[in-house]
Amino acid sequence: MAAKQLVQIKVNGRLREATVEPRMLLVHFIRNFPGLTGTHVGCDTTHCGACTVVLDGKTVKSCTMFAVQADGRELMTVEGLMQDGKLHPLQQGFKEEHGLQCGFCTPGMLMSSYALLQKNPHPTEEEIRWGISGNLCRCTGYQNIVKAVQFAAGKMDQGGKDGQLPNIA
Amino acid sequence: MIPPAFEYLRPNTLPEAIAFLQQYGDDAKILSGGQSLIPMMKFRLARPSHLVDINRISGLSYIKEEGGYLKIGGLVREAELEDSPLIRQKYPILFDTSRVIADPQVRNMATLAGNLAHGDPANDHPATMMALGAEIVAVGPQGERVIPVDGFFITLFTTVLQHDEIVTEIRIPTPPPRSGGAYLKLERKVGDFATAAVAAQVTVDPGGTCQKAGIALTNVGATPIKASKAEEFLQGKKLDDTSITQAAQLAAEAAQPSSDLRGPEEYKRALVKELTRRALARAYERASK
Repeated sequence: MAAKQLVQIKVNGRLREATVEPRMLLVHFIRNFPGLTGTHVGCDTTHCGACTVVLDGKTVKSCTMFAVQADGRELMTVEGLMQDGKLHPLQQGFKEEHGLQCGFCTPGMLMSSYALLQKNPHPTEEEIRWGISGNLCRCTGYQNIVKAVQFAAGKMDQGGKDGQLPNIA
Repeated sequence: MIPPAFEYLRPNTLPEAIAFLQQYGDDAKILSGGQSLIPMMKFRLARPSHLVDINRISGLSYIKEEGGYLKIGGLVREAELEDSPLIRQKYPILFDTSRVIADPQVRNMATLAGNLAHGDPANDHPATMMALGAEIVAVGPQGERVIPVDGFFITLFTTVLQHDEIVTEIRIPTPPPRSGGAYLKLERKVGDFATAAVAAQVTVDPGGTCQKAGIALTNVGATPIKASKAEEFLQGKKLDDTSITQAAQLAAEAAQPSSDLRGPEEYKRALVKELTRRALARAYERASK
């Protein structure tokens, strides 16, 4: 039985800590906290991307990382997108463009899109599809997800302010 | 889904890490990107008793040209290779390879070093490194050694690396002028392993005669395969449709594919031929720029 370790991670700007076994996956560490169940476990194989979070500015699949690896670091989950009660342009986009049906892949799609737009604020359709290529959706056929990201890119272009959201809440 | 229990160690320096690997022997594994290891642990196919997390070791994240080589540090992530302007311009075969590995999230964690050290014939970089004639620098209790990529891979999940060695750098000889390379991969869907893939690197003289060729194959054998006969055939020959097609045929004959869910053996062999043809054509095109 492995010694448990204290893990401290800043999640959406708030310090979260727990004493866990090293084998605890980061996704389970996150989901253990009330209000942080938006990050989903969708597969066994590191394929689906429903567990995608932004760790120190980069997307990672939180099911393929141990919580202990993220000790002392900062991460953003889908719950961190909304600011002061206002939807992030990406969330608006998924709403306006019907970018979800069952919603299971959506948090992962949002986080991958968020990271994409941080790096490339004006992606082409091909670049959007490449940017979400680590996220699988069984419902939508991706068409409206692409439109949602395009909506967000446009909105963030106009808003300027929206586009400068901090990396974490 | 839940890995078996293990002890987690996080050294701050290379000597610390090597000491841990020595101390815990064969049951300890290096945790770098973890994008191959952790899925195997989740399936309980890998059950290391100790994980040595090397991600906090500094000095292993660089991409630079020095002394006639492109040198890539042991902790460089695939995403960094994909984003590097130097690699995009001067070593596009590497760009080709990095971007078809898995997906953006995995590429943020996965390392080039791990892609080689894991010894999975389905991994993409081994063939590219073979085509480029790369060297792998490993550090262990006995110090540093430089291992040529030819002969690095022994069989499935087995390389010449000792259990207490860590890959600290990959060195690629900077190709001479009029060189070009390409990596072409066919996959069932984005992010998949290769049904088959081919790395081709050529150097030509001003007349278009091939001075040197490197051709290697992904996922059509227990290790990446160097298509030596194809390489030798092209040496001293003018690169055109005929010679390229003939070389492609020789590369296909070097393949040892197995029939599986990605396709029957004959299909994969034919695929190797076509991919080699296209990879050589693209490599030649890039060499002629």
